Amino acid sequence: MSAHEHISGNGGPLQGGEMQITAVSKSFGIGPLRQQVIENCSFTLERGKLTVLIGPSGCGKTTLINLLAGYEAPDSGTITVDGAPIKGPGKDRLVVFQETALFPWMTTLENVTYGPIVRGEKSKKEVEEEAMHLLRKVGLEDFRDKFPIQLSGGMQRRCELVRALINRPKIMMMDEPFRGLDAMTRELMQEYYVRLFEENHLTNLFITSELEEAIFLADRLVILTNRPASARTVIEIELPRPREFKLLATREYLHYKQQALEILHEEALKAFSSGCGATVADFLEAYSEVESK
Amino acid sequence: MTQKKPVYFMGINLRKLRKSIFSKTTYRGIVAVIATVILWELCARFEVPIIGMIPAPSSVFSSLVEQLQDPAYWECWVVSYDRVLSGFIIAQIIGIPLGLIMGLSRHLRDLSFPTLEILRPIPPLAWVPTAVIFWPTPEMSMIFVTFLGAFFTMVLNILGGVKNIDVRYIRSAQSLGSSGFDIFRRIVLPATLPSLFTGMTVGMGITWAVVVAAEMIASRSGLGFLTWKSYVAGDYPVIVIGMISIGIAGYLSSAVIRLLGDRLTPWRKII
Ligand SMILES: Nc1ncnc2c1ncn2[C@@H]1O[C@H](COP(=O)(O)OP(=O)(O)O)[C@@H](O)[C@H]1O
Ligand SMILES: [Mg+2]
Repeated sequence: MSAHEHISGNGGPLQGGEMQITAVSKSFGIGPLRQQVIENCSFTLERGKLTVLIGPSGCGKTTLINLLAGYEAPDSGTITVDGAPIKGPGKDRLVVFQETALFPWMTTLENVTYGPIVRGEKSKKEVEEEAMHLLRKVGLEDFRDKFPIQLSGGMQRRCELVRALINRPKIMMMDEPFRGLDAMTRELMQEYYVRLFEENHLTNLFITSELEEAIFLADRLVILTNRPASARTVIEIELPRPREFKLLATREYLHYKQQALEILHEEALKAFSSGCGATVADFLEAYSEVESK
Repeated sequence: MTQKKPVYFMGINLRKLRKSIFSKTTYRGIVAVIATVILWELCARFEVPIIGMIPAPSSVFSSLVEQLQDPAYWECWVVSYDRVLSGFIIAQIIGIPLGLIMGLSRHLRDLSFPTLEILRPIPPLAWVPTAVIFWPTPEMSMIFVTFLGAFFTMVLNILGGVKNIDVRYIRSAQSLGSSGFDIFRRIVLPATLPSLFTGMTVGMGITWAVVVAAEMIASRSGLGFLTWKSYVAGDYPVIVIGMISIGIAGYLSSAVIRLLGDRLTPWRKII
């Protein structure tokens, strides 16, 4: 993949949108079983920026993505894209889910062309040409007629990225997309992903529970509080782009990491004092995982 | 790679077909069948208690030669297959849409599920007396009972299949711009196909069990009746022929469904 070629191929540059999340709350269950998952959460996905959301597992990250994608409605608060409130799911906000959500009964090409074809915007031939162009860029052109189970984990993620990108969304949302991949593949995917982003500067939301990955990718790092989740702090990561893995050894990187760790640690202590055992365990796990590296 | 070019005939890769027919699995299967027959013959020769009472393959074989030349024997095949297929196909025609509708509509599910769950545990054979009374011809009552055998399995498998569709598939499809019938056609139907074929395989097995038993109780034709008649007449080798015929008929039916299932859901099994 050449670094100077646009992923959007034939259709001109992609146009990012700006998403504003204001005072959003969401709970599940009723009565004594009621569980406040997100409370008074506000942050902005700035146009053309890669915003990374970090929080321990179980804090409500997937729930938040479901709200932003329009799959579920918040109990209160507003979510707008370029000033207009969102109404249900839409092709302007596409999600790459935590585990692969490629349609198992469709081939790579059929998966990728699904959106444009059901919307009937272009002829099948045009759509397939564009799809092949994108698949070539992520090295999947030889796998166009394979089913998802015939692809490796990394290939599935790339296919999923392309399935979203071909629809020219305003905002891409990634829910822990590289979780469960082996370390090598994961590193490769991070590099793939960060290159794609740097070529297009599409508005991106990337969710993770790994601090190293978060800082490596982010323009802006949003640290979530423990459950109920809300945006606690935003750290602007002013590391140079294009990002390279050697950044991870620089003083600037370590400075950001230290800053984030302090906040994560505070959150862990808070969870301790509120006596919420399971989440503390999660938090400390995430914390030590990061520190041991 | 030194793979030879595939040769296709009617969409079937002939090389693969040849490989799968003359495979080690096939040979092992044949060897096991032959070994079973030899063991059976030995049991009969040495008059092993209980199992040795079954007529020996040698005596079954001579009576098989007679049967194969008798049109009445083949008539039994036709009659039983006719019943199985009629009941099975009607069960598909009614069961598949019902299962889909119940899976998709909460209201209809709430309405029909309790009734269905009460009727389901009644063994199809328990319906024989009522069926004989209410259906105008005995043949219709047989088909009705056969139908019941496959019907509940179909409905419940499809209902389960629809309800277990990963919500992320539906959500992705919605985000990508499809809705309504489009989601039904492109997502719900293919996602349900594997459970549909599971239902068919199980349903086909039940259907044969039901037909054979019903033929023994309430009919004067078919493979089940052939077996029963031979018992009454004391013609023991033919009992064995009847049983093995039923086994082969059931096996052939399941094989067709398996083939069809593999063909229509190629994404599940990659050879
Ligand atoms: N549909 C739902 N009904 C009830 N509880 C839910 C639902 N979705 C999520 N939750 C709860 O919300 C919490 C956060 O879940 P999730 O957003 O998946 O966390 P994360 O993605 O950060 O790991 C969990 O404790 C989970 O039990
Ligand atoms: Mg999650």
